[in-house]
Amino acid sequence: MVRRVVVDTGPMARVEGEGSLSIVETDTGCPEVKLNIFEPPRFFEALLKGRRAEEVPDLVSRICGICPVAYQISSLNALEGLFGVEVDEQVRRLRRILYYGEWIESHALHIFMLAAPDYMGVPDAIAMAKRDPALVREALTLKRLGNRFMSIIGGREIHPVSLKIGGIHRAPSKETLASLLPELDRLRSSVQKMVAFVASLKGPSLERESTLVCLYDPARYAIDRGEIVSNQGLCLQPCDFEENFEEYQVDYSNALHSRTKGGGSYMVGPLARFSLNNRQLNPAARALAKGVGLKPPLKDPFQSIIVRALEIVHALEETAREVNEYEKPARPSVPYKAKAGTCYGVSEAPRGILYHSYTVNARGYVESAKIVPPTAQNQARMEDDVRLLVPRIMNSEATEARRLSEMAIRNYDPCISCATHFLRLDLRKA
Amino acid sequence: MSKPRLGVFKFSSCDGCQLSILDVEEELLELLDRVELADFLEASSASTGPPYDIALVEGSVSTEEEVERIVRIRKESKMLVALGACATSGGLQALRNWSRLGLFESAVYPEQKVARALEKALPPSDFVAVDFELRGCPVSKAQLLQFFAATLRGAKPRFSSSAVCFECKRAGNPCLVVAGGTPCLGPVTASGCGALCPSAGRGCYGCFGPSDDANLDSYASWLSAHGVDRSTIGLLLKGANSQSREFRRWIEKNG
Repeated sequence: MVRRVVVDTGPMARVEGEGSLSIVETDTGCPEVKLNIFEPPRFFEALLKGRRAEEVPDLVSRICGICPVAYQISSLNALEGLFGVEVDEQVRRLRRILYYGEWIESHALHIFMLAAPDYMGVPDAIAMAKRDPALVREALTLKRLGNRFMSIIGGREIHPVSLKIGGIHRAPSKETLASLLPELDRLRSSVQKMVAFVASLKGPSLERESTLVCLYDPARYAIDRGEIVSNQGLCLQPCDFEENFEEYQVDYSNALHSRTKGGGSYMVGPLARFSLNNRQLNPAARALAKGVGLKPPLKDPFQSIIVRALEIVHALEETAREVNEYEKPARPSVPYKAKAGTCYGVSEAPRGILYHSYTVNARGYVESAKIVPPTAQNQARMEDDVRLLVPRIMNSEATEARRLSEMAIRNYDPCISCATHFLRLDLRKA
Repeated sequence: MSKPRLGVFKFSSCDGCQLSILDVEEELLELLDRVELADFLEASSASTGPPYDIALVEGSVSTEEEVERIVRIRKESKMLVALGACATSGGLQALRNWSRLGLFESAVYPEQKVARALEKALPPSDFVAVDFELRGCPVSKAQLLQFFAATLRGAKPRFSSSAVCFECKRAGNPCLVVAGGTPCLGPVTASGCGALCPSAGRGCYGCFGPSDDANLDSYASWLSAHGVDRSTIGLLLKGANSQSREFRRWIEKNG
């Protein structure tokens, strides 16, 4: 029996997509926490059936306007693996610069336009700009730099057009990429202030043990590929993902939830990446982490925002290095022949692991697709965090209760547009 | 003079066109200073609600709730603008309109209480009058700014919807179709992207929907005669703008 509705946010602001949160006090004494995702499903996995493998990167990027590159890279990892394509090292570098651009853009958007207003007690970045115009202008400059790298390599920042199975349609010249370096260098010298600002934001803190899952790449702080690892000792190839994690449906959400098989909720994203891969952050980011007292393993989910700031620093440094080491490839793409089979691809989207799997027939057409985005994986964790905050929420007056619960969700930078497109329909039943 | 009240609304979509507004980084603060942000859920938790002078609508209408919402927003708005391909011609999710996806949804998900998806995903113009369209998947930031520059001065924005070919020629690209035999929708797709794909050496895949004078029958026959099979043409047209009148007509006629 419902005794009292403690919080009902209605459509939540400053998240990507449509969702709301409700906390209801019941007779059992255990409050019911539900992240209601009412964003309409778009049935992407069903729509991919019957499409040619070469169309997949362009199609899946439309799942998300905030992290289209993540979708393109995970799908390319899967399909290029199946077709046995060896992509040129310089092309891989371009793809990484593109991906760092997406991290910078997405993290800057989250930190300054979606999350910081909560900490500053204002409704939006516009109000923040009235108080501290220099801060918001600098944040926008940072966001723009990420976007500019994306448009140089991808043609445009949202739904880039340059990536293809086998490589890239056209590789930019070194000079074009290097033209952004002066701006990049200026920003590199001012990130210390940015990190200090983010570290100074006082959020609700929360101490909890949790299963953290991310990718590990021996070559770098994983972004464009890797093995799946966890703080519980897991070490998996992408093809083992579905053996170890499962999705389940709840009746109040259009997005499937995820859990470890036999276990509970788990967390993907910046906190997991920092906890497991912090030694691979570049020295500048590591020094700043030390400076703000951030030490792994992180137990407070609200530290995610600081990790995002550090990942911006890391991405800027890596972009500078990769641009300097870039040589325009002689062949931007290599030919390939489609093969039948099932393939798997993962990458680290700004919000965490993005898993793709496709079954392709001998003619190169997709027979089935499965995509598990980071926000779907984090959903159960978001609700868990809110549950832990319930005592504090219950003791707060209505506005503060709502603010606290929304912050707990926003902290995951949920991309609800991504999360909802995967209710699966079996076309054979038609 | 009071500032025009702006509402930005999301329907079934990827968020990319709304993000394009936030992506006009250099002009963003100045732009937002010239309007009163009445509703923009993705950017602000402050909402003063209707009425709206300008309502920008991203996404297609794909649930019962969205039908009610678009009708309500129309009543509350002086000018309703469709923002991007989902809102002008259905978006990728509208591909389900050919699969009769909605019909068996309940059979697959007996427990499903939230989705209530309509059988078809359709652009808002199937339900209400739309005053202006910004095309593209995603919209062009330049067109977005031109739209605001004109509208905020009380002028009517105008964009050319001549074919991508015109932009492509001005960019000095050799023709992919003629010189390389690459299937390219440039001759039948509206400009606005700056011939992005042909400039990157690949065929256009129709992000901005049909051009003014698109003659698909003629162009498809020409492509067929030059070795591009009709199923490839069909798949190219079955993109973000498959519900536009011209593209839909060809797909329905040719399968």
